[in-house]
Amino acid sequence: MNTFQITFWFLSALAVFSSLMVITRKNPVYSVLFLIITFFAISGHYILMNAQFLAIVNIIVYAGAIMVLFLFVLMLMNLNKESEQQKNKYLLWSSGIAGGMLMIVLIAALDTPDPAIITKPGTGEIGLIKNLGTKLFTDYVVPFEISSILFLSAMVGAVVIGKKGD
Amino acid sequence: MPISYYIFLAVIIFSIGVTGVLTRRNSIIVFMCIELMLNAVNLLLVAFSKLHHQRMLALDPANITAGTEGQLFVFFIMVVAAAEVSVGLAIIVLMYRNVHSVDINFLNRLKN
Repeated sequence: MNTFQITFWFLSALAVFSSLMVITRKNPVYSVLFLIITFFAISGHYILMNAQFLAIVNIIVYAGAIMVLFLFVLMLMNLNKESEQQKNKYLLWSSGIAGGMLMIVLIAALDTPDPAIITKPGTGEIGLIKNLGTKLFTDYVVPFEISSILFLSAMVGAVVIGKKGD
Repeated sequence: MPISYYIFLAVIIFSIGVTGVLTRRNSIIVFMCIELMLNAVNLLLVAFSKLHHQRMLALDPANITAGTEGQLFVFFIMVVAAAEVSVGLAIIVLMYRNVHSVDINFLNRLKN
């Protein structure tokens, strides 16, 4: 077992553990913090697959910006005083079983038995900014501009919705 | 690593996200579980992009940019997720201001 495999298993275990923690913690602030740990583990996976730009963007955008937004909203609401009232046990169990069944079906459907299809570490340069940027600003420049319009409308929408008094 | 390991990991994280959406009542945590699902899909897209890149490179050594599209799709998914979170959190704050709770059962009251 080489370093690559050890890192892979460690990051996978960390991602699964912390995403389980996200959905089981009572306090939402702990959920946010565990979700940040999950994002860091997924960024580690990106680095293992030579997607360096995406790893950095994942940390900056998700763990840095979106999660801070979540934390701000949580602290604005001060939700810690009343704990979330729980659904009845049957609904809890049935939704847990439904999620587990979905996982089993997806694994059974997507499993490729060929172990020769592997991703080799340390090869390829498509994750570097040079290649991604060239592709983004030549072939995908129209979706890029459309996403800027999307951001503008999201910004206007958030301001309009969040405005106090009407 | 075999590609099936990445498939398993992404499926497990995605199912955890689905289970969270089904079990939790707090709408902010439901939102976070949606982010978890988006990230599972991103991970799988990057893994397949890597695989595609290796195959194309083995066929034609001059083709060094094959598979870039997968990573660009991940980039666009992040863009859409950021916009979605900003609008969604604004809606949740508005709902909290009206009903003083973020429990998704209170969303029933929207119909009146």
